[in-house]
Amino acid sequence: MADPEIKSYEPLHESLSAAVTESRPVRWVAMGTAFVFLAVFLLLPLIVVFHEALAKGVGSYAEALASPDTRSAIRLTLLVAAISVPLNVIFGISAAWAIAKFEFKGKAFLTTLIDLPFSVSPVISGLVYVLLFGAQGLLGEWLKAHGIVILFAVPGIVLATVFVTFPFVARELIPLMQEQGNGDEEAALSLGANGWQTFRYVTLPNVKWGLLYGVLLCNARAMGEFGAVSVVSGHIRGLTNTMPLHVEILYNEYNAVGAFAVASLLAGLALVTLVLKTLLEMRYGAEIAATRGH
Amino acid sequence: MTTAPAQAGWRFRQPSVIPGFGLTLGFSLAYLTLIILIPLSGLVWRSAALGWTDFWAIVADRRTLNALKISFGTAFIAAAVNVVFGTIVAWVLVRYRFPGRRIADAMVDLPFALPTAVAGIALTTLYAPNGWIGQLLMPLGIKVAYTPLGIVVALVFIGLPFVVRTVQPIMEEIDREVEEAAASLGASRFQIITRVLFPGLAPAIITGFALAFARGVGEYGSVIFIAGNLPFKSEIAPLLIVIRLEEYNYEAATAIAAIMLALSFVMLLVVNLAQTWSRKRYG
Repeated sequence: MADPEIKSYEPLHESLSAAVTESRPVRWVAMGTAFVFLAVFLLLPLIVVFHEALAKGVGSYAEALASPDTRSAIRLTLLVAAISVPLNVIFGISAAWAIAKFEFKGKAFLTTLIDLPFSVSPVISGLVYVLLFGAQGLLGEWLKAHGIVILFAVPGIVLATVFVTFPFVARELIPLMQEQGNGDEEAALSLGANGWQTFRYVTLPNVKWGLLYGVLLCNARAMGEFGAVSVVSGHIRGLTNTMPLHVEILYNEYNAVGAFAVASLLAGLALVTLVLKTLLEMRYGAEIAATRGH
Repeated sequence: MTTAPAQAGWRFRQPSVIPGFGLTLGFSLAYLTLIILIPLSGLVWRSAALGWTDFWAIVADRRTLNALKISFGTAFIAAAVNVVFGTIVAWVLVRYRFPGRRIADAMVDLPFALPTAVAGIALTTLYAPNGWIGQLLMPLGIKVAYTPLGIVVALVFIGLPFVVRTVQPIMEEIDREVEEAAASLGASRFQIITRVLFPGLAPAIITGFALAFARGVGEYGSVIFIAGNLPFKSEIAPLLIVIRLEEYNYEAATAIAAIMLALSFVMLLVVNLAQTWSRKRYG
């Protein structure tokens, strides 16, 4: 790399570098445009959340967060994430193992199907469960006869959340495990490890940062999902209201401080997610796979 | 590398010493079928059961048509805005060095991380007539909140990372020597950008546009707060689905959902074709 001969070309390189970047005014305009755009569209909305939440002082902020309905919304959101994220982690690992470690017919099609929930409107993701489990739904009569409640209750909210967060872990792990190949696993197996040991002591350490990255994004979406959950929840206060739904209710009641107080918790979650995500990318970028995305 | 015996007949999978294929594929397929495929096919089945005339009557209803027009129209405009500004943002992040660049870069993902309902109430508060931005636009006669323009603003917010994150990695891979070669051959900077760099970026820009557009069409949470939701004016298709559901009009909800899915699918197909075309043309 540090070839002295190449060094001798550097003057030429230098003289050209002016020609391969924009002139100073153009650079300033581009940077100014980008900064103003990012400030108006990203920074201001974030600031306004905290500003409005604290508009009437810390006292009413704390009061808003302490209300029983808010606390039960927080509990429900944590519960839903605690169920749906592990489910999608198990699926993600399992799908990545099958897709990345083996060659089989229809693999590309399966990979496309996994991404399907990303191209479906959240409202439609909720609607499909209403069509299935609702009173007029395909299974509605049967569920009623057996006294099983899915819609307008926690199981429905979990299902809708699982649907919208379905691809997150799998789509992080699949390219990563494909890139890493099968060499390590084949070595472990040839040395006498069984399948579970190979996964636990060889594959899992190799993909742990990528897995964490997927979990982080999956969790953020699970806690923040609005459309799909709104359709299946029934908006029963204190029972089936997640934090985003509670934000909507408070906002529509003109309780701005309350709505923004709950929103500030969700915005805080988003900020923590972004910080952790950036740290993971900085420290373990190579181990998270080249394919970054949402 | 496993070398399969040449043409040993059709086999579902190539042999491998790694265990767990049946278990992991079986579980993945079962889970996929239960969570995604059965519910989605329920939607297809219900809309097929409607029959063509009923289906058409719902879709051709003036309110439905307007909602679809608003959803697809605002998503298109927002995606176009994001293509312009998203590409500039990506360029600034990739090519220029300035303090706080990493923070700006991380911020781009905010719309992925911030729950849509939070974005919705924040944007509405900003753009309301008495909001920080709204009161600046008021004297100019521009109303954003509670108008279709508000929908565009929300969708610009939602779609930005799709464009930046699609274009950015391709920009990072650009070989500077190509630009140097063009410059040494006498091309102006403008010519280099439009004739050398842009063609290489075009497929990524189209992909970013498509992703932002597809996301915008289906977006619900951030839009309903800022839109005002007036039928025929600022009512988006996903909201109309919710309204029909609340009226227990499952048929109409299903039909609108089915037509939205079909239109999005056609859209993605067109974009795929455009991408193939631009790869052939410039590749």
